[in-house]
Amino acid sequence: MREPGAGRFEIRLSGSGGQGLMLAGKLLAEAAVHDGKNAVQTQSYGPEARGGKSKTDVVISDGEIDYPKATSVDVLLSMSQPACDEYQDSLRDDGVLIVDERLVSDVARDDAVRIPFTALAIEECGRQLFANVVALGALVELTGAVSWESLRSAVLARVPRGTEDVNEKALAVGREAARKVSRG
Amino acid sequence: MADTTARVLQGNEASAIGALAAGVDFFAGYPITPSSEIAELLSQCMPLINGRFIQMEDEIASIAAIIGASLAGATSMTATSGPGFSLMQENIGLACLAEVPCVIVNVMRAGPSTGLPTQAAQGDVQQTRWGTHGDHAIVALAPSTVRECFELTVECVNLAERLRTPTVLLMDEVIGHMRESVVLPSGDEYRLVRRIEPPTGLRDYCPFGECVPEVAALAAFGGEYRFHVTGLTHDAHGYPTMVPEEVDWKIRHIVGKIESRADQLASNEEFMTEDADVLLFAYGSTARVAKASVRALREAGVKAGLLRVRTIWPFSQKRLRELAPGLRLVVVPEMNLGQLVVEVERAVCGEARVVPLGKVDGHLFEPGDITEFVLEEVGA
Repeated sequence: MREPGAGRFEIRLSGSGGQGLMLAGKLLAEAAVHDGKNAVQTQSYGPEARGGKSKTDVVISDGEIDYPKATSVDVLLSMSQPACDEYQDSLRDDGVLIVDERLVSDVARDDAVRIPFTALAIEECGRQLFANVVALGALVELTGAVSWESLRSAVLARVPRGTEDVNEKALAVGREAARKVSRG
Repeated sequence: MADTTARVLQGNEASAIGALAAGVDFFAGYPITPSSEIAELLSQCMPLINGRFIQMEDEIASIAAIIGASLAGATSMTATSGPGFSLMQENIGLACLAEVPCVIVNVMRAGPSTGLPTQAAQGDVQQTRWGTHGDHAIVALAPSTVRECFELTVECVNLAERLRTPTVLLMDEVIGHMRESVVLPSGDEYRLVRRIEPPTGLRDYCPFGECVPEVAALAAFGGEYRFHVTGLTHDAHGYPTMVPEEVDWKIRHIVGKIESRADQLASNEEFMTEDADVLLFAYGSTARVAKASVRALREAGVKAGLLRVRTIWPFSQKRLRELAPGLRLVVVPEMNLGQLVVEVERAVCGEARVVPLGKVDGHLFEPGDITEFVLEEVGA
């Protein structure tokens, strides 16, 4: 993978409506700005309130970000099979593909990182709605797209009061899962 | 290095914050994707500033409400998207003829009809100009950045108040929904303009009469002066007239007060135009893509530049006419099948080849789309 550096670094979060990917994209952009970078986040979803394909792109750079969407994706997170099918071609050859192991079974790349985010959210945090934050914890641990401290601040500043502890746990669960994968 | 005070805001949010900064104290609307965040944020903020937020039964009622509120002295705004903008057209004409300041934000989505509610287009450019019937003029500004969503909302309010006319903030879905790191202007970085009110004690107040200096002074309903407002063509006092001279003056006035200021109201960004012989002409989100394409074309040895317009209507021909003699090709990428390109052709007037590049699949151009199109056109 390219190291996040001064130029454009592109992250695409994909899945289905209701998985909290828009929020995850917003949190990544806020963390990047907290790191002193420029960030642009765009979104694409269908007319449905839940279900349907959902995607958000986050572009991080030290310089001006003119084109606001991702074209040459460094990191692709896919939380559903249809999203993975649609977007895995947008990933660079040296990019990182991260999928929810239980929701995405068919992956073109052998080097894909498979972590059961949704199952971990239910088992460790009590509800599947934390899957997005678990995934963020893993993504940042694996890629260094933003600093851990900025991610943590962004999450804690945005989540409903009273849920700070469980969100912080979700981040840690994701981070630990990523470390296990890295250690093989 | 980005400013450390930067925060991440959405275009729609910045527009709502801009409206508050501009003194908007009355919002009536009917939420619609992709503009809903504007209504959502203002529904939370209006009560805090003692303003009014009303969720209306539809967009016809929404524009009627902001016209009425403005006549009563409020600074008023609504926000919508294509389907709602279509419903508003009749009353936009009323606001043009009755010279009522108000702001309509239209976050364009793909149409016609219900179209693609969550996807991007720039298909309402000519509707903004000619959507309501009869001779009239309109002001429409198109932001390309989140900061401009703030700035141009303020400018829309200022121009509405100054010229007593409806103004349109013409965003597209990409810009409305896009979040980016932004430092919003502080209070001393923008100015506020308010309508001129008549002095007290006038024996004969003419709400549609003598211009002081650009338009007639506008009194608030419920105040000292009683006057008549109608959608019938009217005289200086607001009463219907069929006197040819009065009718002629009225129509020339509502058109002229805007069109005669086209060059003054023009606001452009230029990128690498100094030595360019190929010009990309763009606005809104498409202009961001065009900028990336200019960089790529330069690397490929093509002397490309970008002229980005913030002011879409009134359309100023000035800068294009100045640039035209040095150009061999003008490419106009738009997320429609060729709307503003017609105005570009009129301005360039045959001095360079003008080629539209349309996209109507609900998706923003990629830089390569424009770059490759230009390379093919120049035969590189």
